[in-house]
Amino acid sequence: MPTVEVTFTPLPAHVRTARLVATAVARRSGVDESLLDEVRLAVGEACSRAVEAHRTHCPRTPIRVALTDDSERFEVVVTDAAPAEEMPAELASSSVAPEPVPLEGGGVVHQLPPGVGLAVISGLADDVRISPAGDGTSVAMSWKRRAE
Amino acid sequence: MDLKLGHYNKDGIEVVDVEGEIDVYTAPRLRELLIDLVNKKSYQLVVNMERVEFLDSTGLGVLVGGLKRVRAHDGSLDLVCTQERILKIFRITGLTKVFGIHDSVDDAIAARKAEK
Repeated sequence: MPTVEVTFTPLPAHVRTARLVATAVARRSGVDESLLDEVRLAVGEACSRAVEAHRTHCPRTPIRVALTDDSERFEVVVTDAAPAEEMPAELASSSVAPEPVPLEGGGVVHQLPPGVGLAVISGLADDVRISPAGDGTSVAMSWKRRAE
Repeated sequence: MDLKLGHYNKDGIEVVDVEGEIDVYTAPRLRELLIDLVNKKSYQLVVNMERVEFLDSTGLGVLVGGLKRVRAHDGSLDLVCTQERILKIFRITGLTKVFGIHDSVDDAIAARKAEK
């Protein structure tokens, strides 16, 4: 059972709240202070990705964030209910940074290519698992806790 | 903290001061400012991120979008940032190779002038 569970409607404004809660619980759970920025950024990336997906597919369905500290690790699982989109296979299993964003060609890019958020998470968390969860996807990430 | 934006011209280069958090909620405001500056023919930009407390991939996307816009006019978009926690996301994504990242606004302007 999660130590703390948060559900929020898929609005960008709530992502900050989720980040703040995750950082506060991580601190209380004994995650080293030097890692809290990484927790904050990784959880923010996972929630931003979920919000974008929900706004496209299911804007009335809440996003779930479960934070657990009942083992040697502090784990955060962000679960969405939007149909999974294609993601680079390598991101699902390892820490891989994307190639630098190409700037040639025309058009207007407002966001980085899909998968960058997941690549950032992979670069920040000690352990990342991305798996199907019901109709959607769950992104599980964890960090080591200090010995009590 | 929310996002505060300001801008001023120095030596012919438009300096954008950013303070606060750049995320999925606030990034659209930065994007609008960058678009507005380009529409007003400011193609030499320096974005001062020294007072940015948080930056995620949405914010990176806005900066990349801004860079593409100014480059379409042979312009430039340089960054000022010395904060390790912000620089880390540029390194993870490989964007340190895409942006000129400087220690101060004066350094960024001097580097830009030197390239001309």
